[in-house]
Amino acid sequence: MSNEIILEAKKIGKYFYEPEKFRVLDDISFEVKRGEFVSLVGKSGCGKSTLLYVLSTMDTDYEGDLRIHNQSVTGMKQNQLAGIRNEKIGFVFQFHYLLPEFSCLKNVMIPALKLGNFSKEEIEHRALERLKMLGLADQALKPASKLSGGQQQRVAIARALINDPLIIMGDEPTGNLDSKNTDIVFDIFKQLSHEMHQTIIAVTHDNDFAKRSDRIIEMQDGKIVSGH
Amino acid sequence: MPKKINHNISSDISMTYTFSKMKLTVVAALGVTIGIAIYIFLNSMMAGFARMSDTLIFRNIAHIRVYKDDDISRPLIASENSNKKVNALVNPKIVPESQTIVNPTLLMDLLRKEKDVTMVTSQVATGIFYHKGESQIAGNTIGVNIEEADKMFDIQTTMVAGKMLDLKSTPNGILLGVGVADKLSVKVGDNISISSPKNVTKVMKVVGLFRTANSQIDKVKSFMNISAAQQILLQNPSYVTDLDVNIVDYKNAVNYSARFSALTGYKAEAWQTANETFVAASKMRSIILTSISFTVLIVAGFGIYNILSMTISQKMNDIAILKAMGFKGNDVTRIFVQQALMIGAIGVTVGLLLALLMVNILSHTYVGGDIGYFPIQFEPFVFFQGAMVGLIVTFFAGLIPARKAANVDPVSILRK
Ligand SMILES: Nc1ncnc2c1ncn2[C@@H]1O[C@H](COP(=O)(O)OP(=O)(O)OP(=O)(O)O)[C@@H](O)[C@H]1O
Ligand SMILES: [Mg+2]
Repeated sequence: MSNEIILEAKKIGKYFYEPEKFRVLDDISFEVKRGEFVSLVGKSGCGKSTLLYVLSTMDTDYEGDLRIHNQSVTGMKQNQLAGIRNEKIGFVFQFHYLLPEFSCLKNVMIPALKLGNFSKEEIEHRALERLKMLGLADQALKPASKLSGGQQQRVAIARALINDPLIIMGDEPTGNLDSKNTDIVFDIFKQLSHEMHQTIIAVTHDNDFAKRSDRIIEMQDGKIVSGH
Repeated sequence: MPKKINHNISSDISMTYTFSKMKLTVVAALGVTIGIAIYIFLNSMMAGFARMSDTLIFRNIAHIRVYKDDDISRPLIASENSNKKVNALVNPKIVPESQTIVNPTLLMDLLRKEKDVTMVTSQVATGIFYHKGESQIAGNTIGVNIEEADKMFDIQTTMVAGKMLDLKSTPNGILLGVGVADKLSVKVGDNISISSPKNVTKVMKVVGLFRTANSQIDKVKSFMNISAAQQILLQNPSYVTDLDVNIVDYKNAVNYSARFSALTGYKAEAWQTANETFVAASKMRSIILTSISFTVLIVAGFGIYNILSMTISQKMNDIAILKAMGFKGNDVTRIFVQQALMIGAIGVTVGLLLALLMVNILSHTYVGGDIGYFPIQFEPFVFFQGAMVGLIVTFFAGLIPARKAANVDPVSILRK
């Protein structure tokens, strides 16, 4: 872990208005360093996913300031944010994973094809490497819709890694996995953060997973109660 | 920073969407196919029909006719020029003057030198009576140089009996409309007598019969040599009543008539002015067919719009994921617009072939009369226009739902 701050949230606040106005995120402030592996925990409904969407730059309807890689992203245009997501952020969703009409391999390749830093052959090679890492080499050419939930989640993880993003965000990235595969994913995250200096922010309900990460941020009713 | 490679991933995704839901693609493309085919078919029909009816009308008249208009007598006191208003009772009358065009050869030379003029001929037109035995018919005859007149009016194609060129070698020959011949019960080789407004009676030999598209005309009209027409009117060989002028583009005749009037000092009347009802009818026909063909295309466009809107609402998840991975709004728009254009291109291609088939079938359909087969043919411009309009309609039918897709908020989808 270096001392370089890669993500900084300053007094992030957010309201929902349906069914009635309530403050779902309440003055959230914290910093994450480069190469840090952070777990975000808290009771169901405390606002973890909501916070992660704000951090991922997809949700722009919030108060406060968000800085990623020494750059304030608050108030940026949608197209700029899309560019930042493509290049710097890998995201594993809580419920939604893959494009069903494409093969697993293609799903993993899409963000890299979009970014265009490598030739198609290199991208394919890199995608296969990551699928192999997650134990899915034999599923590469299957259509994504033909995979089990756990397999799909692992493909989504492989996809989040394809562009070597600065930050990997996961909303319960191991929620559908058995303990063996959870361990595999955990080891990958550990390795990426400690050897490749990529930052991991993972929401989890798995206490064991959280305890073994570098740092636990605990939320309660839209506030951070420990770990900032 | 390494140079970025454009992998065209949007187009890749668009292809996958188009070909993984083959059924939807085919249904949408079929809509375009039918729309395009009908559009092209109707427009080809219209073009063929217009060409045919124009051809038929120019068998009777030239693009521009130069003649001496009847003068109306003017009041003897020109009230508009004097300061004192004088009210004179006048009784306007046609001035009884000869219908002649003075010095026709000079005028013809002048007209021939004009830009865009392709042909100039002179004729002597007059009303006459045809007699045979007891029967007598009022009609009109045109004294012509038959070879020139044929070039202008395509008389040869209307001939049904006798030889048109025999007129040249027979000074008292006459070509009769079939209606006239029927009423007089004469055939080629028979003699008839005619009388002119100058009360000159002359025996003529029928050398040929013609049938135009208009049976009313066939019941009154005949052609004779210009010298014979001058004789029965008791005129000298320089007497001419009309100059007929053809120009390069007959649709522009109106633009030339004023100039030719000024040039010759006689009235130059464009064919459109002389046939206002015909022109209005053509206009109406083209408005009707154009609106039908456009309606069909719009319906096809709605088909694409519906199917694309449906595809997009099924793909909300994909769109949210793509946006989360860094696809911009324009990338999403491109995916679906390209899908629409691919469907459009497939539909248009098949539609062009179908239209070709329909045109081909109709062109072999016999409708009779002196028209024969339905006057329709492959019109490259109409096909080109159909393809373009088809692609433009599909473009917009795709763009509208695609723009909506581009504005989807990924968070609202992913949170569910
Ligand atoms: N679109 C929305 N409109 C109104 N309220 C919402 C909306 N989305 C979430 N909420 C509410 O905001 C709160 C936080 O939701 P969030 O999804 O962030 O919880 P979470 O911590 O991720 O829970 P879980 O662990 O179950 O995923 C919840 O009380 C939820 O009901
Ligand atoms: Mg959640």
